Amino acid sequence: MRRGERSGRSPLARLLRDRRAALCLAILAAELLAVLLLPPLLGLEPYASDLEAGFWAPPSAAHPLGTDDVGRDLLARLVYGGRVSLGVGLCSAALSALVGVPLGLLAGYRRGAWEFWIMRLADVLQSFPSIVLVLCLVTLAGPSAVNLVLVLGLLGWTDIARLVYGNTLSVREKEYVLAARALGGRTGRILRRNILPNVISPVWCALPLRAGRAILSESSLSFLGVGIRTPQASWGGLIQYAASLPVLAERPWVWVPPAACMLLTVFCLQGVGDGLRDALDSKIRNPSHRKLNSFFTKSGPKCDKIN
Amino acid sequence: MGRYIRRRLLTAIPVFLGITLLVFGMLHLAAGSVTDLMGEGSASSAAEKAALEASLGLDRPLPVQYLDWLSGLLRGDLGESYLTGRSVAGMIAQRVGPSLLLTGTGVLLAVAIALPLGILAAWRPGSAWDKAASALSLVSFGVPGFFLCLVGILVFSVVLGWLPSQGMYEYGVFTGIGDLLRHLALPAGVVCLSGVGELVKQTRFACLEGLGEDYILTARAKGLGEGAVMVRHALRGSLIPVLTTILSHIPHIIGGSVVVEQVFGWPGMGSLLFDGIDSRDDAVVMGVTVVIALTVLLTNLLLDLVYGLADPRVRYEKG
Repeated sequence: MRRGERSGRSPLARLLRDRRAALCLAILAAELLAVLLLPPLLGLEPYASDLEAGFWAPPSAAHPLGTDDVGRDLLARLVYGGRVSLGVGLCSAALSALVGVPLGLLAGYRRGAWEFWIMRLADVLQSFPSIVLVLCLVTLAGPSAVNLVLVLGLLGWTDIARLVYGNTLSVREKEYVLAARALGGRTGRILRRNILPNVISPVWCALPLRAGRAILSESSLSFLGVGIRTPQASWGGLIQYAASLPVLAERPWVWVPPAACMLLTVFCLQGVGDGLRDALDSKIRNPSHRKLNSFFTKSGPKCDKIN
Repeated sequence: MGRYIRRRLLTAIPVFLGITLLVFGMLHLAAGSVTDLMGEGSASSAAEKAALEASLGLDRPLPVQYLDWLSGLLRGDLGESYLTGRSVAGMIAQRVGPSLLLTGTGVLLAVAIALPLGILAAWRPGSAWDKAASALSLVSFGVPGFFLCLVGILVFSVVLGWLPSQGMYEYGVFTGIGDLLRHLALPAGVVCLSGVGELVKQTRFACLEGLGEDYILTARAKGLGEGAVMVRHALRGSLIPVLTTILSHIPHIIGGSVVVEQVFGWPGMGSLLFDGIDSRDDAVVMGVTVVIALTVLLTNLLLDLVYGLADPRVRYEKG
C-alpha cells in the first residue's frame, strides 16, 4: 500500500478509474443497498399471502411484480431472495479465503508433511465436480442458508489455497525472507509480514469470481429444490417456478426479474474481478512502476506477476 | 521415467483413499438414515427399525462397514440398493450409456466450436472473431446451466415447438436414431455451451503464445501462407495445452451434466444421484459419487502420465 501512495494512486483508485469495473462495483453496491433498505422503506411482506389479489396475479400497483402460487408479493420475495443469494455468495467467498489463505501459506512455507496433507486434501476435494459434493452435503446437513454458506465456503478454498501455495513457494526463496529468518523472526511473523503481502493480490482477483460461482451454485441448488426451500426465498428458488411450462411461457414477470438480478450480479462480480486484476497488475505494465519495482527488488517486497 | 510413473501412482493412492473416506463419512456421519424414511409410512417400532438396520448391515461398527464397502469397491461390487435390493453397480452400468452419450456429444460440440473460434480469435486479436469468442466465454461463465436449459426449452420447445423438452425417447423405448437425436439436441447443446467458454479461452491463449514463438517468424519469413502458418505451426504447437484443458475440464462438464440431466429428465448418472439423495438410498449415492470422483482421478492421472511422456522437463522437475 505504501508504494501505491508514493506512486500517487492506490489499487482502489486505479480500480475506480477503470470505467467498466467502477460501473460493476456501483451496481453491486446499489443491489446491496436495495436488499438492505427496501424492506423497511416499502414495508415489504415476503411471507404474507394477499388473498384479495389472488394466486398468480399479474403485475399491478399493489404488487409491481405480481404474486406467486399462494398469493405472496413477488417483489418482496425478489428483495428477500436477494438478501439470501448475495449473502450466501459473499459470506461463502469470504469463508473460502479465510480457510484457503492460511492453508496455502502453511503448505507453501512449511513444506514437508503440511504440504503433503493440505495439497492431498485439495486433490481429494477437487476430484469431485463441486456441484455433486455440494448437493450431497447440503441435502445431508439440511438445506438452509447457513449450511449453504458453510458447505460452499469449506469446499471452495482449494482454488485459493493453490494460488497462495504456488506463489508462496517462489516467495519463500527470496533473500528478504532468508534475512527475516536469519534475524530470528518467528514463522507466524514471517508469514504475516514478509510473505502474505506478496502473495495476496491474486486472491483479491479470485474472490469476486468465487462469490459469483457460489451464487450460481446456490441458485442451481435452489432451482433443483435442494438449496433454499420455500417459504424462504432465493433467486434460484424464484426461477424454479419457471420449471413448469405454463409459468415459463405465459408469466415471464415471475421468473425474468430474479433471473436478470442473478445474471447481472454474476456479470458484475466478473467485471470487478477483471478490474482488480488490471489494477493490481498495472504496477508491472506501467514503466515508471517498473523502475520502482526493480529498485525495490533488492530491499523490499517485489510485486509478483499475477497469472 | 519409471521413477516418475511410480511417484505419480503413489500419490494417487492417498487421494483414492481420501475420496472413499469422504464419500463414506459424508453419508454415515449425517443425521438420519434410510430406516427413518422407511418407517414413516408404517408405524414401525424400534425393534423393527433395528431389524432393518441389521439386515442392511448398518448395525456394525463404522470402520468395519467402511472396510467392507472399500473391499467391495476394489472388486467392482458397490453393494445393493437399500430400497430395491438391486446391485448398485448394475444400476450405474445402465445409466452410464446415456450419460456418456450426453456428455460426449456436448464435449465434441464444444471442441468443434472452440478450436476454430479460438484460433481465429488469436489470429486477429480485437477482430469480430475475438469479440465473438469473448462474448461466448462471458455467456458460458456467467449463465448457469439450469438457466440455459430454461431458455432452450422456452425457445425451442415452447415457442418454436421443434424439440421435445423431456426424456430420451418419445415412447420410452428406442424407436430410431432421429427420435434420439431430437431428444439429445437441447441437453447436449446446454452441456456444450456451459463448457465451451473455458475451451475457447484456453485455445485462444495457447495459440497467442504459439504465435509469439520464433518458428512462426521463420515460417512467415520463408513466405508460408497465413493459413498454413496457423494450422501447421501455431495450432500444432498449442495442441497439447488445448487437449490438456479439455481433459482437465471434464469434472466441470460432468458436474454440469448432473444438473442438465435432472432438468431434462435424462436417464443418466446425474438423475440416478438425485433419486438416491431424495430417498436417502446411501448405497446408490455412495456408488455414483465414488464412480464420478474416480473417473476424474483417473483422467488426471492419465493426463499427468501423458504429459510426463510428452515433455521430459516435467518429469525432471517433479523428480
